[in-house]
Amino acid sequence: MTWASASDFFAMGGYAVYVWGAYGVTAACMLIDPILAARRHRQALRDMDDEFEADDDLDATAGVLS
Amino acid sequence: MPSSIRFFHFASPARFYALATRWSPALWVLAAVLAAAALYIGFFVAPTDATQGDAYRIIFIHVPAAWMSMVLYLAMALWAAIGWALNARLASMFARAIAPTGAMFTFLALWTGALWGRPTWGTWWVWDARLTSELILLFLYLGYLALVDAIDDTRRADRAGALLAVVGSVNVPIIYFSVKWWNTLHQGASITLSSAPTMAQSMLIAMLLMTLAFWAYAFAVVFKRTQAIVAERERHAQWLTTTRKLETA
Amino acid sequence: MTRVFATVLRRDLRLAARRRSDALLPVAFFVVAVSLFPLGIGPEPQTLRQIAPGIVWVCALLAAMLSLGAMYSGDLVDGSLDQMLLSGPTPGQASLAVAAAKSLAHWLVTGLPLTILAPLLGVLFGVAPAPIVALTASLLLGTPILSLLGGLGAALTLGVRSGGVLLLLLVLPLCIPTLIFGAGAVVAIDSGLSARGHFSLLGALLILTMLLAPLATAAALRIATE
Repeated sequence: MTWASASDFFAMGGYAVYVWGAYGVTAACMLIDPILAARRHRQALRDMDDEFEADDDLDATAGVLS
Repeated sequence: MPSSIRFFHFASPARFYALATRWSPALWVLAAVLAAAALYIGFFVAPTDATQGDAYRIIFIHVPAAWMSMVLYLAMALWAAIGWALNARLASMFARAIAPTGAMFTFLALWTGALWGRPTWGTWWVWDARLTSELILLFLYLGYLALVDAIDDTRRADRAGALLAVVGSVNVPIIYFSVKWWNTLHQGASITLSSAPTMAQSMLIAMLLMTLAFWAYAFAVVFKRTQAIVAERERHAQWLTTTRKLETA
Repeated sequence: MTRVFATVLRRDLRLAARRRSDALLPVAFFVVAVSLFPLGIGPEPQTLRQIAPGIVWVCALLAAMLSLGAMYSGDLVDGSLDQMLLSGPTPGQASLAVAAAKSLAHWLVTGLPLTILAPLLGVLFGVAPAPIVALTASLLLGTPILSLLGGLGAALTLGVRSGGVLLLLLVLPLCIPTLIFGAGAVVAIDSGLSARGHFSLLGALLILTMLLAPLATAAALRIATE
């Protein structure tokens, strides 16, 4: 399939709104999905860090060698 | 290593966590390459359709998304059931990780279906058997997500979700059959979005490649989300704290 | 196990008889909801006759769902649910007996009255006699399915916050095949066609649900209470 020009390609035979609307939302979702997953992962690790920081502080004030 | 032990080798959250980290880049690269190939063939090799024009090119994401939505639901139910039956923590976590991505693909199947239907049939929504079943599948996903989210006790949430997912899986063929019945009885000529253009080979190849791309993508995302869930639940485990200390050192 | 079944059934029926107004609320909702449609759509007799099967069926479905939240919650709160689940030879058998008895009680108290009232509502919509019979028969087969599926939803969401609406979200999609075959049967008769296929499928669904739903509900009860 050879498109006559770039603008023909983007026009998609007059169906640009539908084709790019479909592909655009799909691409957006498939970007947001992993970003949210990565964010959840980072947050979990950060929560873990906070918890162990608090533990370390607690140990220090109790005079326990950490 | 005897094969039975090997099977459970990665059943521990610790080993899976390391495996996921190691395989993740490769999975993303694979997804990108396959998607690029699919898009190239779909847009630059496959010809314009005589009746539907260039609007038909939406099927290259619509059909793979629909397939993924169904496959992921069954995978979710399967892993949840395994987690319940064998009391395998990782399997339950894996099932929970699949759900949001499965729901996303279901939404995309509906969205792309609507955008394909509009130029082809003149309306944004067609109550054909496949789209309607897809809508009901979305309800099933949302129900699962709502249920596991509403139950605070992790173990009870995992098990209730597993039961719901298994019940849903049994119902999916029944629902699909009943919707098909309903559709053909209420319309003389059944409107169906499956009256796609007679498939040129290039079209089939593009669809297949995109399906594989979605598969690789799903693995990558679900692995990442499973790691997040592992980090949430296993935060006191020695192996995880050590891994983290090494990361942040 | 039959003793547990009979005890739970009798208890639920007696409780419903005591709080008769509560028990009839779904039925009242049924009538009110059905009456809203002509007000919203217009009183044109032809239209009403056409949409009646779907409307009566959907409203019956929603009305049946209304009393599901209370199926297990009262017994959970006062501790009698735990007692019931312990009263059988095994937890599996006890939970199965409780699940079956609860669903049957729900159908007798809610589903059956809805079915009995349906012909009257059919007349309100100007439905012909033959479709009215089909409507009643389809509800007779369908409402037990709704009670069985509803019991599963109630057990899954037992004690969960915002469980009421969540219950609806979980159960309604599962009820769609029943709705399709039930309402479809009435539409078929109204169009002068045979509804044998619809009724066969509805019957098959009922049998399948009777066999599988109590088992799933029993499992859900055990998950919720352990």
